[in-house]
Amino acid sequence: MESVAALGLNRVEKRYPTTHALKEVSFRVERGEFFGLLGPNGAGKSTLINIMGGLVRATAGQIQVMGHDVVSEFRQSRSQIGIVPQELVYDPFFTVWEMLTIQSGYFGLGRENHHWLEELLEILNLTEKRNENLQRLSGGMKRRVLIAQALVHRPPVVVLDEPTAGVDVELRRALWAFAHRLHQEGHTIVLTTHYLEEAESMCDRIAILNQGELVALNDQQDLIAQYEHLIGVIEHRLEERLPTWVEAAVVTRSRNRTQIHVPREPQQQQQFLQQLSAIGIDGGQIQLREPTLEEVFLSLTGSQSGSNGRSEAIPV
Amino acid sequence: MNPYGCWTLFRKEVWRFLKVSVQTVLAPAVSTLLYLLVFGVVFEEAVVVYEGHSYSSFLIPGLVMMTLAQNAFANSSSSILQSKMNGNIVFLLLAPLSALEVYLAFLGAAIARGLVTGGAVLLIASLITPVTLHSALLVLLFALLSSGVMGALGIIAGIWSEKYDHLSAFQNFIILPLTFLSGVFYSIQDLPPFWRAVSSWNPVFYLIDGFRFGFLGVSDVSFGASVVVATLFLLLLTLLSIAILRSGYKLRG
Repeated sequence: MESVAALGLNRVEKRYPTTHALKEVSFRVERGEFFGLLGPNGAGKSTLINIMGGLVRATAGQIQVMGHDVVSEFRQSRSQIGIVPQELVYDPFFTVWEMLTIQSGYFGLGRENHHWLEELLEILNLTEKRNENLQRLSGGMKRRVLIAQALVHRPPVVVLDEPTAGVDVELRRALWAFAHRLHQEGHTIVLTTHYLEEAESMCDRIAILNQGELVALNDQQDLIAQYEHLIGVIEHRLEERLPTWVEAAVVTRSRNRTQIHVPREPQQQQQFLQQLSAIGIDGGQIQLREPTLEEVFLSLTGSQSGSNGRSEAIPV
Repeated sequence: MNPYGCWTLFRKEVWRFLKVSVQTVLAPAVSTLLYLLVFGVVFEEAVVVYEGHSYSSFLIPGLVMMTLAQNAFANSSSSILQSKMNGNIVFLLLAPLSALEVYLAFLGAAIARGLVTGGAVLLIASLITPVTLHSALLVLLFALLSSGVMGALGIIAGIWSEKYDHLSAFQNFIILPLTFLSGVFYSIQDLPPFWRAVSSWNPVFYLIDGFRFGFLGVSDVSFGASVVVATLFLLLLTLLSIAILRSGYKLRG
């Protein structure tokens, strides 16, 4: 018998009057996974997360959280999931502590949960701010409160919707350390991020959404290995007026380096290199390497990298 | 069921208006007292609505009811709209609370604000002019029914509105005319037949008339009829509010 997944998505559809936001998206997130949900802006990531939390209703299909349907068993499913929203939202009437006790109360938890709330304040370095009105906190502190609010009921599934968008380096590191800690404590983590470097270093498996469709779902290494191209690195700039089929293969072209797509399949690869040789590009000059997650992502989503061979993660 | 969750939402909504009590309790109390001073002084000798009762004693129940109704409406409507506009409504929507539980919590808080504000007006008015009390039980019953009706209307208005302009339109074009044309300042028996007939279709008229009966023991229509109309109206708005909350209309995309 198949075990109950942390998240089970079955042909989830969302249509708005003018947009088809999600197109039959299906996948499972297993318990204890650190799962990355990637996609360019408008790909449908936030819509999908909002359906998981009951903030948005799917047009068709089902989502289950720890085996509970998000519509028909909303009480159980919402008790099993904690969502950290992308926007810095807060209630200006209350202090940090008041807000946490209110949020905890919504889940039916009273004084018996205060010890955990105190612990959350400490873990997230909010103890000194506990009696501060939320309106008076900095953006970073508000982000920490959002995380604390999502965790008041100790949910086994934690969804972080672009938690590092617009935060400084120090806080970003602190947030990732905290996400790691939650994962080690047994929580299932679903992460969406604009920073592919983060997804690459933290996630076990990755799903890529593009225009509402699931275009990839796999273990990171498998995702890269399944990619039909390798990257050929040529340590000089190739001239601009090459035959169309070569131009189509160019990934990046900088002052002293050109990177091109080279078929992974050996026979096709050999044929491609021979064709290059025939127009004066010696195969011996080309160093082959595996693509990075970012390169796979950009190729699958058709996004423009705008990158000139830089190695750092770029917002997509 | 999640009774503690419902209680927490109720407590939070009451906490919210008490945190800004100058704006939510004191200001409406003062403005209502200004009505009492102006109208009471001007018409005290000139107008007799019910034989044996001064104009002030006729006016006070109407003013208390008007304050109570407007504040009950303001509590639920402004809280919901503000949460929607600030985006913090997500905290509530992510919670394991049913439509009924959300409704009861908002309604309870609206009733609480109505009673606190109305009570404040009544208390201060009683210091200025003697207030007679025919039946405390009826006064309380109509206070509960009225703040319930207006609280439920506020829930619907808060969900329907997308900006303060919409809410202001709801308040100025629906709530205010219904309140002012309900016999706060006059008896509908003094109106021409056409306007008397129009007033008989105004549910707020029954709320004020029944409430006034609780104070004076005199009313335009029987208090039993007022109880029936107010209860039916509250029931209708309750069903409508719960259906809207359950559908996720303008709340869950």
